[in-house]
Amino acid sequence: MKNTVSTNTVSINTVSTSTVSTDTITGTRREVRRDILGAPALRPDGADKVQGKFAFSSDIWAEHMLWGATLRSPHPYARIVSIDLSAAFDIDGVEAIITAVDVPGKKTYGLISSDQPVFASDFVRYVGEPVACVAADHPETCRRALAAINVIYEVLTPLTDPERALLPETPKIHPDGNMLRYQKIICGDQTIQGEIIVENTYELGMQDQAFLGLEAAMAFPDSGGAGVDLVIATQWIHEDQKQIAACLDLPVDKVRVTLGGVGGAFGAREDISLQVHCCLLALKTSRPIKMQYSREESFYGHVHRHPAKIWIRHHATNEGIIQRIESKMVFDGGAYASTSAAVLINGITHIQGPYKCESATVHGFAVRTNNPPCGAMRGFGVVQACFAHESQMDKLAVACGLSPVEIRLRNAMRTGDKLITGQVIESVAPVERCIRETDAIPMPVPLARDANPLELVGGSGLTSLPQNIVRGVGWGVSIKNLMYSEKFDDYATARCQLHDGIVNLKFATAEVGQGFVVLAPQIARSVLGVDEVILDPVDTRIGSAGSTSASRQTWMSGGAVDGACRLVREQLFEHVGKIHNIDPLRLVIEDTDIVDMIGDFRISVIDASTGAHFDQTFEHHHRPTEELDENGQGNCHVAFAFVAHRAVVDVDVELGLVKVIQIATAQDVGRVLNPIAAIGQVEGGIAQGLGLAVMEEIVLDNGKIRNPSFTDYLLPTTLDMPDVIAVLIEEPEPQAPLGAKGIGEPPCISVTPAIAAAIRNATGRDLPRVPIRPQDICL
Amino acid sequence: MTPNTEVYQLNVNGKKCEVRDAWIGESLLYVLRERLGLPGAKGACEQGECGSCTVIMDDQAVCSCLVMAATAIDTEISTVEGLSVDGKLTDVQDAFVNEGAVQCGFCTPGLVVAVHNLLDTSPTPTDIEIKEAISGNICRCTGYGRIFEAVRSAAATRQETNK
Ligand code: FES
Ligand code: FES
Repeated sequence: MKNTVSTNTVSINTVSTSTVSTDTITGTRREVRRDILGAPALRPDGADKVQGKFAFSSDIWAEHMLWGATLRSPHPYARIVSIDLSAAFDIDGVEAIITAVDVPGKKTYGLISSDQPVFASDFVRYVGEPVACVAADHPETCRRALAAINVIYEVLTPLTDPERALLPETPKIHPDGNMLRYQKIICGDQTIQGEIIVENTYELGMQDQAFLGLEAAMAFPDSGGAGVDLVIATQWIHEDQKQIAACLDLPVDKVRVTLGGVGGAFGAREDISLQVHCCLLALKTSRPIKMQYSREESFYGHVHRHPAKIWIRHHATNEGIIQRIESKMVFDGGAYASTSAAVLINGITHIQGPYKCESATVHGFAVRTNNPPCGAMRGFGVVQACFAHESQMDKLAVACGLSPVEIRLRNAMRTGDKLITGQVIESVAPVERCIRETDAIPMPVPLARDANPLELVGGSGLTSLPQNIVRGVGWGVSIKNLMYSEKFDDYATARCQLHDGIVNLKFATAEVGQGFVVLAPQIARSVLGVDEVILDPVDTRIGSAGSTSASRQTWMSGGAVDGACRLVREQLFEHVGKIHNIDPLRLVIEDTDIVDMIGDFRISVIDASTGAHFDQTFEHHHRPTEELDENGQGNCHVAFAFVAHRAVVDVDVELGLVKVIQIATAQDVGRVLNPIAAIGQVEGGIAQGLGLAVMEEIVLDNGKIRNPSFTDYLLPTTLDMPDVIAVLIEEPEPQAPLGAKGIGEPPCISVTPAIAAAIRNATGRDLPRVPIRPQDICL
Repeated sequence: MTPNTEVYQLNVNGKKCEVRDAWIGESLLYVLRERLGLPGAKGACEQGECGSCTVIMDDQAVCSCLVMAATAIDTEISTVEGLSVDGKLTDVQDAFVNEGAVQCGFCTPGLVVAVHNLLDTSPTPTDIEIKEAISGNICRCTGYGRIFEAVRSAAATRQETNK
């Protein structure tokens, strides 16, 4: 196989034939002539992907390459007494072994605070922490070499209980201490006691992103070690570049990062995993290094969703109007900081949910333990908050004698309402509409007495008797911030070139599966009236696009592409105006032509741009945000999106088995830019939220993952997925460059509490913890 | 790695392929990807749980991560690379692209192979048959909705063309 650094450059030719597309979401038919914004444009990488031709990072191969592999700590907490590499060096085919002493630059890295060692040298703080790396001629040689490295540890007592990490007397397990962040929110009247008071403590287990394409990269060293090229599956190539360069002690421009094909991300590729190791081995051996994690290693090799424990008390009037929230939230950050500080802020600032509330007393803690590090995962702290506030809404509904829908409608927030941080919601906020439109979706037909046994709970196991099956219905509604918060300027850059009717777009936006590669050409076609758009490789030869996370790329990189295309359009109009002696301000794009709004001049964009070359780069910045003050007050978020979910489940109350029958949802999306891509995000997010509700949990035993495989960590399959009926609510967001809000995260947030509520409805149980396991239902 | 001096032959996509100097413990997935230049089959669990590595061996869909390559001699192996002829997409591939069944695409080659196998053996599958048939293929991105649509649409197109 002689496929070296192929970077999946895509070129798309659309023919301007008239196609009638069926809008999959609303079922309405609309006429779309070209693949512009709003059209159900198809992915340009689709044909390669279905043929197995698309090069994922793990598919890259190079002459003379070596394989890299990582030795990891077997202990959650231990002191390294000694490391003996000699036996491993003796193995035929081993070319290099590196440890902490081989790191030329900064010995640590981290997204927010740099507290994680490239290799552990004094202490290991979680099971799976890297201690050494080897480079060898074959993966099997690597495995043998790792087994031959002799590390002597003095095993210490790990800190695995997050609540114990809060106690001042608990010994510090890291020089930076055990508190990753504390933040409170104090707002309004701190003395209010409601006529109705409901409280409970909720817990969420640790969820894995479980992207399918395992961590993989290939590093190519410059001759003489002056620099390195890294091709990698990541979410944010510029952040990788910055952190790698610091650890390698190289100038940033000597670390050139190119995006390899990415097999999903969901937050797990935002942190450094094998980046630095792979580059170090390449520089050490002067040969290309391929590194690829196994599934087990992947469970140890990336951050997870924070497990959380949330105590929460709601004060409300007899009519169910929320007056005050009190809460204490504890997030287990694991051994290193990653993005815990930001996850915590998302958690506490979303604890009121999409409901008005004037007073709050919230204390949030993100703590360090000897559990696996936690960081970003789709929903980022809001998933945890939402499970708590939505469970509370149902309690409140019962206490006030209201339906789950009515209690939510009575409290639904609107544009102009103030959050408990003092921030005013300026975004379009169709919370009430989300609830009403979800409520209007028809319920599934009742379970037939003679239903196909395969359709029952338990499926082909044929375990369930129809008389033991109870159906339940539950609700969840959520609010989610978009983009980065707390003063972070996560801008995005794009370059647009137009020549001879062809547009080249360049940006550093990581395509992880979400579909920016289909959206970007749609934008260019809409703005510039072209049909042919070529996407240049995604690498660090342009400014940052920020991370593919926080539901931000449609808004941010979309805004950057739109901005660059608009600048080119201005140049094009000036060029045409000059030649044809027309005021450029009178020119507009109509389909694929430039036309004079007042006169009858018309020229095709192809003709107008033939022989010319326009080239513009644009940075899109969102509006600035603020840090929270001591009392948790401040305009810390950019914008918000909303969604409602209704779940219908069948529960075998005797066996504790659950089958989700239907998810109905209405999501506030601002504007649908591509209905196929949008529904894909909605359905995919729902699957992950369903996983957290009833299946997915990393089970820890004294800091060790008990189930680091797809055999034991259960992911939703086709048989677990219900019918999803989705309505996309289009109320364009004035702040958003394209009117569209991010749609990636909301789908996975409130579906989890909706399913939990449906199971409570069927069983009458309290079920304060997800995932809900069979024993929680039937024992 | 001390190579095995044996040479063995695999029949892949109608071609005879020689495997030389290989360690005898290599899986079929590894040999296809790393030795024969066929990276279409993907590894995501290497435990037979995710179906990303699905290939056809003597008309049976198998997880190539669970097959020792050296035991696959004398079988007919077809991979995703062998499906389309002259770059023209098959009905199943076409349906996957058109219905939006592809996001990151890592699960896609395995699914495409599995769906071909399903439709070859059961051309008019019911919804529950579709779900059962591809329940061994995990997709983390799509939630399967568009994948079902793709399978339904491919089955319908096939029936149309076979009329
Ligand atoms: S890699 Fe073979 S089944 Fe997952
Ligand atoms: S499309 Fe990403 S795993 Fe299926």
